Amino acid sequence: MSGGTTRGGTAIVGVAESDLGKVAEGMTPQDLMAQGIVRALADAGLTLADVDGLFLAASQLRMPTVNMCEYLGIAPRYMDSSFTGGSSFEALAAHAALALEAGACDVAVIAYGSTQRSQRGRFTPQRDLNEYDAPFRPRLPITGYALAASRHMAEFGTRREDLAEIAVAARLWAKKNPAAFDRRDLAVEDVLNAPMISTPLTVRDCCLVTDGGGAVVMVRADRARSLRQKPVYLLGHGEAQQHHAITNMPDLTVTGARASGAQAYAMAGLSARDMDVVQLYDAFTITTLLFLEDLGFCPKGEGGAFVRDGGIAPGGRLPVNTSGGGLSYCHPGMFGLFLMIEATRQLRGTCGDRQVPGAETAIAHGNGGVLAAQATLVLGTEATL
Amino acid sequence: MTRIEQSPRAVWEAHARDGRLAYQWSPDAGRAVWQPRVVCPFGGAAPLEWRVSAGRGVIHAITLTHPAKGEPYTVALIDIDEGYRMMSKVEGASGDASEIGRRVQVRFVDGDAEEAPVPVFDLEPLR
Repeated sequence: MSGGTTRGGTAIVGVAESDLGKVAEGMTPQDLMAQGIVRALADAGLTLADVDGLFLAASQLRMPTVNMCEYLGIAPRYMDSSFTGGSSFEALAAHAALALEAGACDVAVIAYGSTQRSQRGRFTPQRDLNEYDAPFRPRLPITGYALAASRHMAEFGTRREDLAEIAVAARLWAKKNPAAFDRRDLAVEDVLNAPMISTPLTVRDCCLVTDGGGAVVMVRADRARSLRQKPVYLLGHGEAQQHHAITNMPDLTVTGARASGAQAYAMAGLSARDMDVVQLYDAFTITTLLFLEDLGFCPKGEGGAFVRDGGIAPGGRLPVNTSGGGLSYCHPGMFGLFLMIEATRQLRGTCGDRQVPGAETAIAHGNGGVLAAQATLVLGTEATL
Repeated sequence: MTRIEQSPRAVWEAHARDGRLAYQWSPDAGRAVWQPRVVCPFGGAAPLEWRVSAGRGVIHAITLTHPAKGEPYTVALIDIDEGYRMMSKVEGASGDASEIGRRVQVRFVDGDAEEAPVPVFDLEPLR
C-alpha cells in the first residue's frame, strides 16, 4: 500500500505508438493522440466505449482532456491532465492506479501526441524562464543539462567520451528496433565531433526532434487477467519535485530520481539489482548517466565507468533504453510515455531482436523540465506478484 | 492585511540601477534566498529581508552555449559568497568545465532597452 495504491493492484493491458518520426502533412497532436488511443485499446481488446478514465498531458494543447473528449466523442467519469513535463506520463500512470483502485474509473487511458518536428519553427514550447535567468539567454532545456554535465565532469572526472558512449549504446539498440527514427551508424568520435550545442554536449548528445504519440491502457489486476495481453503489473511508483529552474537545483549532480526511485522500490519490495530491464528518460546523454546513479545502478560519480566499453549497449552490463530511447528511437517533445510502452513490451516478451531474455521486472523513469520533476514506475510480470 | 506597494522585482531592479547586487535573507532560516519572492521558502513565516552582496563568488557550473544564430556565449551558475547561487555569464571565460572553482567579481552592464542593468561576472586573476 502506498498512499491508496497497492503493489500489483493495477496493470498495463494495452500499449501502442501512433505514427512516429515525421508524420503526414497536416496531422495534429489530437490526430496522433487519437490514433495511439485506438491502437492501444485494440491491443488490449477494448474499445473507446470502455474508456471511463482519461489521463493526458501535451505541450501543444492547453486542455488536453477537454480537447480529446470532444475529438473522440467520449465523456469519461474521471479525467486528469496534470503536467510535470516529460515525467507527466509516469505520474499520470500512478494517478490512474489511484483512480482505478478507488473505483473512480475502470478503464484508464494515458496518452500523448505531438507534431513537434512538423511544426519546427512554427511551434515553440513554452519555456519556464524566470526574469533573473532570462538576461543570460540559457538555451533551455539544453543549457541546463550542460551545466549539470559540467559539474559532473568537474566533481567526478566524467569525460565527454563517457557521455558519447550513452549515445552510441542508444543507437545500437535502435538498430534492433524497426520503429526507431535514427538507425544510422554512430561511433564515439561522431558524437564528439558533431556540432557543439552547449559544452560539453554536441547535437549527438541531444535527443531527437520527432513527431509522434501513443497510449497506455490500465485496468485493475482482476480485470487484467481476463484480457487478451499478458498483464504488466504496476508494482511501485514514486514522484519527486526538487526545483523548477536549473539555478535552484540543490545539487547539480543529484536528481529527484533518488527520492522517486526509493519510493517506487520500497512499494515494489525490490531494488536496482532486481531490475531486468531499465528505461530512463534520455533527453540528453547526461540524463541517462545521472539516473543510472540516482536509481542505484551504480554509485554516485561512477556513471562514466558504468557506461564505458558498451556498458549499457546490447550485450553489456545492463539493458538500458532498449528501444533506442529519446536519443535514437523517437522524441516528440516529451518521451515519458514511450518508456512505459517499451517496458511493457519487454515484459510481454514481444521485442524481437532487442528482447531481453526472461525479463520479469522493469523500471521506467520519467524526467520533466531541467532535471526538475521526477517520476518512477516499477513494473513486473505475473511471476513477480 | 498589508498591501504590497513595491514588488520584489522592483526592489531588486532599484538596487541594480544603483549598481548593487541585492538578494533576500530569511531570518527564520538564517540563510540567503534567491530568486526574490514574496514568501519565504523556508517555512513561509517571517517576512524576507533585503541585503546587498559584496558581488564576489565562485563558478559552480559553466557552459558555452551556441545559439542557432550568432556567437556562442557562456552561461554559468555562480556561488555568491553570501550563500546563494545565481545564473549569469562570465566575461573572458571559455565555458570549459576546468573553469569551475574560479573566483569571479560582479559588474553591471546595461540591459536591453528599458530593462534593468544586468549583473555579469569577470574572472578574478589566478593567485
